[in-house]
Amino acid sequence: MDGYTTSELGAIFAMQGFAGISLFSVLLLMALGLAIIFGQMGVINMAHGEFMAVGAYTTYFLSTFTEAYFPSFLDYYFVVAIVVAFFVAGILGYFAEFILIRHLYSRPLDTLLATWGLSLIMQQTFRSVFGAREVSPTLPDWLMGSVQPTEMIDIPINGMFVLGLTIVVTLGVFYLMFKSNWGLRVRATTQNREMSGAVGINTKKVDRYTFALGCGIAGIAGAAFTTIASTGPTTGTLYIVDTFMVVVFGGAASLFGTIASAFSIAQAQSILEFFISGSMAKVYTLLTLVIILMFKPEGLFASKVRR
Amino acid sequence: MSFFYEKILGGKNGTAHLLILAAVILIIFPLFLDAFRLNLVGKYLTYAFAAVSLVLLWGYGGTLSLGQGIFFGLGGYGMAMFLKLEASSPENTTIQSTPGIPDFMDWNQLTELPWFWEPFTSFTFTIIAILTLPALFAYIIGAAMFKRRVGGVYFAIITQVIAVILTVLIVGQQGLTGGINGITDLRTLNGWDITSDSAKYIFYFINAGLLLGVIVVSRLILNSKFGHLLLAIRDKEDRVRFSGYDVGNFKIFIFCFAALISAIGGAMFTLQVGFMSPSFVGIVPSIEMVIFAAVGGRMSLIGAVYGTLLINFGKTTFSESFPELWLFLMGGLFIAVVMFFPNGLAGIWNDYSHHITNRLGFVKTGYNKIKQTLVPQKIQDSSH
Repeated sequence: MDGYTTSELGAIFAMQGFAGISLFSVLLLMALGLAIIFGQMGVINMAHGEFMAVGAYTTYFLSTFTEAYFPSFLDYYFVVAIVVAFFVAGILGYFAEFILIRHLYSRPLDTLLATWGLSLIMQQTFRSVFGAREVSPTLPDWLMGSVQPTEMIDIPINGMFVLGLTIVVTLGVFYLMFKSNWGLRVRATTQNREMSGAVGINTKKVDRYTFALGCGIAGIAGAAFTTIASTGPTTGTLYIVDTFMVVVFGGAASLFGTIASAFSIAQAQSILEFFISGSMAKVYTLLTLVIILMFKPEGLFASKVRR
Repeated sequence: MSFFYEKILGGKNGTAHLLILAAVILIIFPLFLDAFRLNLVGKYLTYAFAAVSLVLLWGYGGTLSLGQGIFFGLGGYGMAMFLKLEASSPENTTIQSTPGIPDFMDWNQLTELPWFWEPFTSFTFTIIAILTLPALFAYIIGAAMFKRRVGGVYFAIITQVIAVILTVLIVGQQGLTGGINGITDLRTLNGWDITSDSAKYIFYFINAGLLLGVIVVSRLILNSKFGHLLLAIRDKEDRVRFSGYDVGNFKIFIFCFAALISAIGGAMFTLQVGFMSPSFVGIVPSIEMVIFAAVGGRMSLIGAVYGTLLINFGKTTFSESFPELWLFLMGGLFIAVVMFFPNGLAGIWNDYSHHITNRLGFVKTGYNKIKQTLVPQKIQDSSH
């Protein structure tokens, strides 16, 4: 880090920090869905990245649709797209659970393979429908541009918007899981499936809606993703490993742990990227995580759930 | 002798299946395929090493590794480094600004050989490295994970992340590793041209022999007390632990052995294909190796070989003519094999082979009947 003055370093950290916030938002939204599913059912959804891509492609589709038929609504479509992305990905997740995953709960490793198969099919579907080329939706004007609090620091508005969206979704998930009746049932099922069934909770229904919710949040992550990068058929795969690390590192089923680990991973990667090449930043981040996990396999904030 | 027959060859059925496999890969393929196609089959058979290793690790050990590509890659890169150093002797690389180092290093402005490349000038060291380094790496990962009782989905993800790290590292450090293109232009092994047809035939048979050897050794392990304990750990880990066994050590051993097998496969891959690249290390190849084992039958060493051959033949045929269809088919295969045929081809064979045997029995009784009807006629004939 030689050759930089303190104020320059400060500005670099601030800039990369804000760039990291966009990554943090997407990672957190992805990880929330994955953590809910993993914490609840103990299965890993390898197709989670593709559910994010579903959200991103939904946004792209709505953008082209609005541009072609209702150009005057171009300023507002994005908000609608977020909601639609949530429902499209959620409904797809609902059916994936119904057709595929519910048969495999007793075999978590097999679920991993089956969902990988699902992800291959979804990737090829994207390629056949939208083409192999990367696409990006036309963003409304108010999402463009940036704020400049000082000469050297440049804060992009889309990053702030995505951060706001992430906070809203996280609070929503928090409310749903810890304050609502439905969340009570989910947590009861997580702790003791047989007893929950015995006291009259329909655990299968809980599973299905939890899975759908997790996929729906991935859909929102996809909509958010379109503001920071373009979407291709294999976009989901690029983020799935990072998302796994967020979930495992944070300690599955701990909401606070997921937030903390998403933040530290995104920031570490983003700040390192400025000083060394992007690929080495990724190597160092992942390597640190693996080494920490070797000493602390339960992750940072392990939940005290009996298994 | 009976020990050899029962434990290593696996009794009557095991011997028959092993002999059939040996006949298919040692006699039928070389007889009916030209040098190019045979080389292709040889390439597929190197993947079969990884598939066999997954049968041991996943089918019997219950530990899914999504990172067998790591060890396949380490073995392959070890061999590739030796061959590349031989190919970049100072006489061959006089046009470079620094002769005597691999061409990609010269392109990346390196002026001397990195320290970890030095020992790979020796063939003996290379062979030892291929046989020990991947297993040592597996030992480090395994000791860190299994001693802390990390297993199942966590282990699968950690191995996958390590595969990603290794791929990104190889691609990123272009000057040291050849980057995304890998290590290419490998021509000779100790002065012997490895691209010639005769070399390809020889490597094919060495590879096939090694694969059969690996299967026999694996069978010996599985039929020993160790193998029974491995199965017990898979089904009820805690009970084995309470019986006084150190479960972690058993898992570490089988993980190291699986790494060793995969590394041999990787080294043979480099020798037969003539290059090594990061696209055989990362997530996708690693998970494809799992599907080879799953399709062949995760509990069948021999099934894994057939599974590997079947999928790769399918991939070559389909991805040439219908590339779009192939991913759908592959995805569907993942789902189908997990949901409907968890024991793969070997399971189907076990479930339905008695029908075939019955059919054969029908042929046999028919043959006997014919014989019976023929023999009295003969007697009648002779009485005339």
